[in-house]
Amino acid sequence: MAEALLHVQNLTKRFDGLTASDGIDIDIADREFHAVIGPNGAGKTTLVSQLMGELEPDEGTIKFAGRDVTRASANARALLGIARSFQISSVFPEFSAIENVSIAIQARSGHSFRFWGDALRDPAICEPALAALEQVGLADRAQVLAGHLAYGEKRALELSMVLAARPRLLLLDEPMAGMGNQESVRILRLLAALKGSVTVLLVEHDMKTVFALADRISVLVYGRILATGRPEDIRVNQDVRTAYLGDSGSA
Amino acid sequence: MLLLLLVPQISDLTGQAYYIGFFTRVVAFAIAAVSLDLILGFGGMVSFGHAAYLGVGAYALGILLRHGVTNALVHLLVAMAASALVALLIGAVSLRTKGIYFIMITLAFSQMLYYLGVSLSAYGGDDGMSLPARSDFFGVLDFASDTALYYFAFGMFVIFFWISRHLVMSRFGVVIRGTKSNERRMIALGYPTYRYQLLAFVISGAMCGAAGMLLANQALYVSPSLMQWSRSGELLVMVLLGGMGTLYGAAVGSLVLMILEKLLSHVTDHWPIILGLILVTVVRFAKRGIFGWLTQTRPAHANGKKDG
Repeated sequence: MAEALLHVQNLTKRFDGLTASDGIDIDIADREFHAVIGPNGAGKTTLVSQLMGELEPDEGTIKFAGRDVTRASANARALLGIARSFQISSVFPEFSAIENVSIAIQARSGHSFRFWGDALRDPAICEPALAALEQVGLADRAQVLAGHLAYGEKRALELSMVLAARPRLLLLDEPMAGMGNQESVRILRLLAALKGSVTVLLVEHDMKTVFALADRISVLVYGRILATGRPEDIRVNQDVRTAYLGDSGSA
Repeated sequence: MLLLLLVPQISDLTGQAYYIGFFTRVVAFAIAAVSLDLILGFGGMVSFGHAAYLGVGAYALGILLRHGVTNALVHLLVAMAASALVALLIGAVSLRTKGIYFIMITLAFSQMLYYLGVSLSAYGGDDGMSLPARSDFFGVLDFASDTALYYFAFGMFVIFFWISRHLVMSRFGVVIRGTKSNERRMIALGYPTYRYQLLAFVISGAMCGAAGMLLANQALYVSPSLMQWSRSGELLVMVLLGGMGTLYGAAVGSLVLMILEKLLSHVTDHWPIILGLILVTVVRFAKRGIFGWLTQTRPAHANGKKDG
């Protein structure tokens, strides 16, 4: 494997006696599509929050693109090229869909200490914003307030915002949770299209998605990495089968 | 708007010279309310200590006049700079907190300044101080004339309002509004939100300081009562009454509140009760305030409440 884009070593996070992350080691190569699976309460979201910098780990190091970012703030990491989606869609409900994406693009186009001009009507930002909406199939909903979008549309919007920031590492926390069939197919196609162009860490429950898309899979149980490997290896790993997939081996 | 321009003439015609002074105060409070709306309606920062900057601006004027500095431009700049500095200190601490803690800490700071004013015995202490004369605008405008002061205040209002309109639409304004809407998302997108909020807080404080300088000029009197917590509450009421997050609403709210206070106090000594009922009615039936109710359309990216 080439030099890892994300290099996580011994990441540990405790909450009052509960060890949510217990010495996690993960290496993710540049442009790898890496999935993290595990039962509820395994510490998947805690892991993502530490990688983004919203939670500070108790121990361990996180290196991104060769830099130690363990203590870097979330906004600093975002500017280095890490972006995340949240399990519960995190958008700007009072802004229209296109404005949501514009805010994401503005974040990456220099500082915002500019006090004049109509920022949300600036074509330099609006045009790429509309293109980003097209990518997720929301172009015709561009003027709708994000708060008025349907559940699945909000998820798609958040994904489009995250992509518009042109990250190097995309942390996706269950992007398809609670989505209807049609909507998840759309997101699935989008994720498939992303594969190979950006590094992805995907936390997902849907095994079909994970096994279809991932280059490698890490299985997280009680805050520990039980196994990491290619989908075909994970599928036949006996530990994983007993701990998580269930002996029926439905995957 | 046009009527406001003609206040001095109407005042002359009706022989009620008193109106000019009253409307000068209205305009000054409108500036203060707009400055509060900038951080409250657009930034979601509920400052319960905004009267502090009125006080800082007023005291800046009083102290300068006491020491023989009479130039209005110097007064204005010093009042704004001093308020900005105070806002920087208060904001730097307060903005580390959120929600109710932010409200309480801004209130606490303004109370500290209030008691600082009370203890300033060299400048009148509790009783405040009378000012020897008004600011002098390079001898061109004589603020001794109520009309000149009124137009000066009105001009300042127009300038500040115009600046604020641009500010909220700019990139900077987008960051402020986005942070109000969803700070976690802003941070995850890469915005160092604290810095932007702090600057908004400072701009708001400076603008409010200018309003304080105008109020003191009008009254020829400066006292700690300008910084009382109830005054901060009054500013919040003006913004809520008129409608948050529109700027127009803040201006309308200050006009309506002050006129109501004036009218009701003629009717009964218990006027705050009636005022309270009116406020409850407005908040209950016109969530976007009087201005929102008058226009009945959603002001672009400016509604006060989160939906869904």
